[in-house]
Amino acid sequence: MLRARAAKKFSKFALVPLVIFTIVLVIPFVNGFYYTFTDWDGFETTKYVGFDNYVKSFKDPTFWATLRFTTLFVVVSLVIVNVVAFGLALIVTSNLRSRNVLRTFFFVPNLIGGVVLGVIWQFVFNSALVALANKYDWALFKESWLQDTHKAFWALIIVTVWQSSGYMMIVYITGLVSIEQEVLEASQIDGASPLRTLLTIKIPLMAQAFTIALFLTLRGGFMAYDVNVALTGGGPFRTTELISLHIFQDAFANGNFGTGQSKAVVMFIIVAMAALVQVTISKRYEVQR
Amino acid sequence: MSQQRRLGKKITFIVGGILAFAYVFPFFLVFVNALKLKPDILANPLSIPTSITWDNFNQALTKMNFFRSLTNSIIITVLSVSLLVVFSSMLAYYLSRTKTNLSKYIFLILVASMIVPFQALMIPFMARFAQFVSWNNRGALIFFYIGFGVALSTFLYHGFISNIPTEIDEAASIDGASDMVAFWKIIFPMMRPITATVSIINALWIWNDFLLPRLVLTNETQTLPLSTYLFYGQYSIEYGQAMAGLLLAVIPIIIFYLALQRQFIAGISAGAVK
Repeated sequence: MLRARAAKKFSKFALVPLVIFTIVLVIPFVNGFYYTFTDWDGFETTKYVGFDNYVKSFKDPTFWATLRFTTLFVVVSLVIVNVVAFGLALIVTSNLRSRNVLRTFFFVPNLIGGVVLGVIWQFVFNSALVALANKYDWALFKESWLQDTHKAFWALIIVTVWQSSGYMMIVYITGLVSIEQEVLEASQIDGASPLRTLLTIKIPLMAQAFTIALFLTLRGGFMAYDVNVALTGGGPFRTTELISLHIFQDAFANGNFGTGQSKAVVMFIIVAMAALVQVTISKRYEVQR
Repeated sequence: MSQQRRLGKKITFIVGGILAFAYVFPFFLVFVNALKLKPDILANPLSIPTSITWDNFNQALTKMNFFRSLTNSIIITVLSVSLLVVFSSMLAYYLSRTKTNLSKYIFLILVASMIVPFQALMIPFMARFAQFVSWNNRGALIFFYIGFGVALSTFLYHGFISNIPTEIDEAASIDGASDMVAFWKIIFPMMRPITATVSIINALWIWNDFLLPRLVLTNETQTLPLSTYLFYGQYSIEYGQAMAGLLLAVIPIIIFYLALQRQFIAGISAGAVK
């Protein structure tokens, strides 16, 4: 009787979403692992091949180049996005009268998807800046930044920072306003300078916001695809392909489903490990209140 | 106010102003050039248009099939977000109110799944669902969004429901309300703040998503980001038209944001705390 009622409640409240979740996420995930150990070609599998797909993936020099490029991108964007976002949060929580307008300006790029942002900046780098450079003779922008691997990297960073710093700013604002006013007043009475208050009171008390913002930027960096496609398209000569675009090209453009999927599994392991390490370290700095 | 503090405020104001200018500058470029003719753009992309032309907009509206894409985007976003709200609020209610091991494990699996990048699934995913997609690709896309979005949404609801006292459920059940009635009539209305958060986070994601629609949708069912990308790729030489297309793609979401600004900021802050 009790058991039948429990089952009925389960089927009414939980069954449908769990079935969809399983079909869409769990089954492809398990399948994906399995396929990497077979000669799967996108349609059928005939035999087990052991670690062949992984060996082939790691023998591919472009995969190593992508991994290096992605790691560099994740580290640099993580640092700059968070520094900028924290700075914006400080500006927007100051006693400026224009703070609400500023907050809107900083947040707007975040509303618009990476693809649209990517093509806007493609116009800026390829056309607008080049036209201005020729007119006013600026050597730095005479050639489009997107034609040069090194400069294209910085173009990707600029667009990423521009896009995601607004969101992380909100996360930091939430952290900053959660600090009790009494604590800040106490530090002011004790004669602490604003910088000192920031470093020894505010930052430790809002460490949780850092944990979240760092996690989100880390994950976002590894998964970046839209801006990459729309801004550089991986060019020049596939030298600016982040891992997500690399996997997409390998599987859907070149038809290498086996290696594409094993690279995707490698990506999953890297993301999971990096996130685990980051969260464990950041948690240690959080103050219990 | 001391002199030092006034100076500090001035510096903050100047730095903030410069940064704000840098953040909106690309939009300014798109805006002024959408109104100009091609030779004027090439001569000076920074200048204010001397003679305004609306022709770029007319061209872009038809060439990128703007209204069709806009309709597709609206249908897909609204249906996916509504279904996500319904399913994940019910699931979260079930998981937080039944204190069994099963609920605990399901919740753990949902949380763990949030770390899986879509790229790790997309290849087997597309092979498996090719038929479903070719049968009804908009329906398939909505189905996929529910599957991918349910974990985060359930997680957000779960945190909120835990703070609603169980006495309320008990009172409703003593008064003879069934589980469903108690949930929809009493619990769900109490969760309005978190429903706003869940809706906004999912709407932003689904509206702007590119990779999944690129894999799933056909020409007729394109969403706005997809048609913008294809349009820009084809007509990027026609700078004016390309800029008009970008501006059209940006306008709906900006309007949506300005209308709901307060809820947006509150929603994202609430999501970040969890």
